[in-house]
Amino acid sequence: MSSIIGIGKAPRRKEDFRFLTGRGSYVADMKRPDMTFGVFVRSPHAHAIVRGIDKTHALASPGVQAILTGKDVAADGLGSLPCGWGIHGTDGLPMKEPPFPMLAQGKVRFVGDMVAFVVADTLKEARAAAELLAVDYEVLPAVVGVLEAVRADAPLLFDDVPNNLCCDWELGDKAAVAAGFRKAAHVARLSLVNNRLIGNPMEPRAAIAEYDRGRDHYTLWTTSQFPHVVRFLMAALVLKLPEQKVRVVAPDVGGGFGVKQFHYGEEAVITWAAKKVERPIKWVADRSEGFVSDRHGRDHVTEAELALDENGKFLAFKVKTLANMGGYLSTFGPNIPTNLYGPLLSGVYTTPAIYCNVKVVFTNTVPVDAYRGAGRPEATFVLERIVDVAAAEMKIDRIELRRRNMIARDAYPYQTPVLVEYDSGDPLGCLEGALTAADAAGFGARKIASERAGRFRGLGFSTYVEACGLAPSRFAGRLGARGGLYESATVRVHPTGQVTVLIGTHNHGQGHETTFAQIVSDKLGVPFDSVDIVFGDTDRVQFGMGTYGSRSLVVGGAALSKASDKVIVKGKKIAAHLLEAGEHDIQFETGVFSVAGTDRRKSFAEIAGAAYVPHDYPLEILEPGLEEQAYYDPVNFTYPGGCHIAEVEIDPETGIVTLEKYTAVDDVGTVINPMIVAGQLHGGIVQGVGQALFENAVYDEVSGQLLSGSFMDYCMPRADHLPNMTVETHSTFCTHTPMGVKGCGEVGTIGSPAAVINAVVDALSHLGVHHVDMPATPNRIWRIIQNAAIPQAAE
Amino acid sequence: MIINFTLNGRPRKMDVEPATLVSELLRETLNLTGTHVGCDTSQCGACTVLFNGDAVKSCTLLAPSLDGAALTTIEGLSATSGSNRLHPMQEAFHENHGLQCGFCTPGMVMTAVALATRNPVPTEAEIRHGLEGNLCRCTGYQNIVASIMAGAVAMNAPAIGE
Repeated sequence: MSSIIGIGKAPRRKEDFRFLTGRGSYVADMKRPDMTFGVFVRSPHAHAIVRGIDKTHALASPGVQAILTGKDVAADGLGSLPCGWGIHGTDGLPMKEPPFPMLAQGKVRFVGDMVAFVVADTLKEARAAAELLAVDYEVLPAVVGVLEAVRADAPLLFDDVPNNLCCDWELGDKAAVAAGFRKAAHVARLSLVNNRLIGNPMEPRAAIAEYDRGRDHYTLWTTSQFPHVVRFLMAALVLKLPEQKVRVVAPDVGGGFGVKQFHYGEEAVITWAAKKVERPIKWVADRSEGFVSDRHGRDHVTEAELALDENGKFLAFKVKTLANMGGYLSTFGPNIPTNLYGPLLSGVYTTPAIYCNVKVVFTNTVPVDAYRGAGRPEATFVLERIVDVAAAEMKIDRIELRRRNMIARDAYPYQTPVLVEYDSGDPLGCLEGALTAADAAGFGARKIASERAGRFRGLGFSTYVEACGLAPSRFAGRLGARGGLYESATVRVHPTGQVTVLIGTHNHGQGHETTFAQIVSDKLGVPFDSVDIVFGDTDRVQFGMGTYGSRSLVVGGAALSKASDKVIVKGKKIAAHLLEAGEHDIQFETGVFSVAGTDRRKSFAEIAGAAYVPHDYPLEILEPGLEEQAYYDPVNFTYPGGCHIAEVEIDPETGIVTLEKYTAVDDVGTVINPMIVAGQLHGGIVQGVGQALFENAVYDEVSGQLLSGSFMDYCMPRADHLPNMTVETHSTFCTHTPMGVKGCGEVGTIGSPAAVINAVVDALSHLGVHHVDMPATPNRIWRIIQNAAIPQAAE
Repeated sequence: MIINFTLNGRPRKMDVEPATLVSELLRETLNLTGTHVGCDTSQCGACTVLFNGDAVKSCTLLAPSLDGAALTTIEGLSATSGSNRLHPMQEAFHENHGLQCGFCTPGMVMTAVALATRNPVPTEAEIRHGLEGNLCRCTGYQNIVASIMAGAVAMNAPAIGE
């Protein structure tokens, strides 16, 4: 039955049917008439000069249509891949921004860097020809770690970037922090590594491009989280094409997590090549290719110091981080370890002074950019870990120390010392809720039971906040964003009263087709089944910044809410005309327009019909049609947060860490669909658990080869690694978004690594362990336990 | 070479290159693109199909092995073509929010059907163990496990009259 299903309900998802029956339409599923196939030739070396490329044999290979190299790119005068953020260093100068060519120009800077593109009639022929392409490399010494890259004797990736230093960035009041440390009764210190991750959405990246000479028009189908941004960056800045001549479509996309929110060189190369061969070209990355070309995440080396007074009140916090950028600046690259990191170091605490210095460093590795959470998990990890270290050293209970420093619910809005102002929150409420839900009181008994079985048990907490709903354009612009970060939505009401929404965000698993339909059903009083959501096509949707940074509901949903309001305003004008009443006397409630105080009324469908049959319209004051559009630019970030509690058991014989229990109580603001929110939390938490226990992107320090380059080497979380999680919400409502929403896509990933590692350290604390780097693999934990068994040798 | 097999309940005769992977045959030749390919090391399970009733990764099968076999893909799981009716396992995934981006879903559902056929009342631990060959990056597996619990019950419930 068709009915209104509004905010707070949990209808099952509209998008499920096509996915459950194998009828989704992912890029790799598509075929175009007379399609050719493309293969990228990638550097096998981490750092090398490309002395020459001999195409002779490859061109003679059967079926070859084109072979394109950096020389062809230069000959056509094409641009390099743009970086969307320009940050400034402590010296006030802009970051070093060397070009990121779509095909190598004279040098390669990471294993996987693109050297050539081979197009042939079949995939087999393209692969065979790629094998025959003779690339003459002069191999150079490589550097993959940030500590090594900034040494005076390190190989330089770019001649004009001394010390491989892209930017020496800082935030906060250095003098106030120094004063805080002078007053300290105790200083906690922590050095840590935030491990490099590979996002690995289950669908590998892919693209199809074609050129229509008749219309001088390009179409690119790509696995993207933000097709409009790809079109703008690629057309305007790389290929230098008129934007209206390029259509970018991101159809069904099999997961993103940030990995698909960049403009990749492959997109530009294939679009450019499609005109050269005048046939459609398809490229699908295999997984091995994805490992060495999908942008990576995290990869920090950090030293932190927290100053406390004798009662455990935080006085000042100082963080120094070296952040790995990889071989080039990717679309959001330098923004992640700076603007999305430093401002989060305040956490949910009243720390009055914070200083953060981040050295953003080039290395011979895959470019590093946003991965689910992006900067905020790293900040949360540093802060929540050092709070535990301080608690242990000062012999104050970890919960108690957090309670003493938390921002009280009535202290919001709260201005932190690091730029951001939290509008709302209740960290203590989340903490208390989580303690109950996790049965923290029963932990002691469970620990004793584990000990009897010869195992160590630990409990870990993470009380955290994040900034999401990216982003207020004015604020982002001040921080170095080169674009705006608003969102747009069109509500198109058809003459039957059915509704099509055209929205600039992109659904690749988040359930937008359901959540957004609920918003429209709620606002317009139309049946849930009468609302369809369209996204991912620059020829259908007006504009949009796409989906990332937990922004779709917060920013896109707000645009949709605003557009729906405009539909109601126009509907009232139409109703006033039909009901012969003043516009201000018209009320709208649950799909019915009525004249206040009378029984005169018109249904939403009647108004929609009348909008398209304007026989006696007062056309001078009322246009036909019922379609409204809104752009929404938020006034602030939103600040979801919460408390996560992990409980682990460690087998000292094997070093295996088993996650026994996981509890999350999160404040995500208004919940539109609780089923979808829980699903987002589950997935996010497990990605954070993956970072804490399993996942690690490892490069060989000498050769620069990616050692964890397949699912056999890079450990993804599997079903049998995990317990059932308990996720609850404890909401305060955002004061500046139209519906009070805060976003929920990243909270799980942001809160969980610290909770898990705090639990692991707790389980090992009797051995004198005060920190464990991620991932807490059996090997690492077994060694720690073995070393601790030797007196004075604890890590 | 010529092979004869049953595909989604219907007889099929094909001339195939012996080195063709079944995943490739399904996607490129038969246009059955519901069977997905998420890796190149047989780790992800997105390409899982039912081969004589067993859940098998179609990227590990060569086309000649289909000769004389019965193959079911996600497109043929719900036997009522031309209708929107779902198989009880598909229905359970829908009801329990057991999918997000949908990419791993066909492989998950096929694995689940084989699991619930063999073990009509699986425990949570048995389901989690049974999924070790299937990767999902979106759901954290929790709702997939719940879906399979419910789907197993529904699959093995006595048929009720329509």
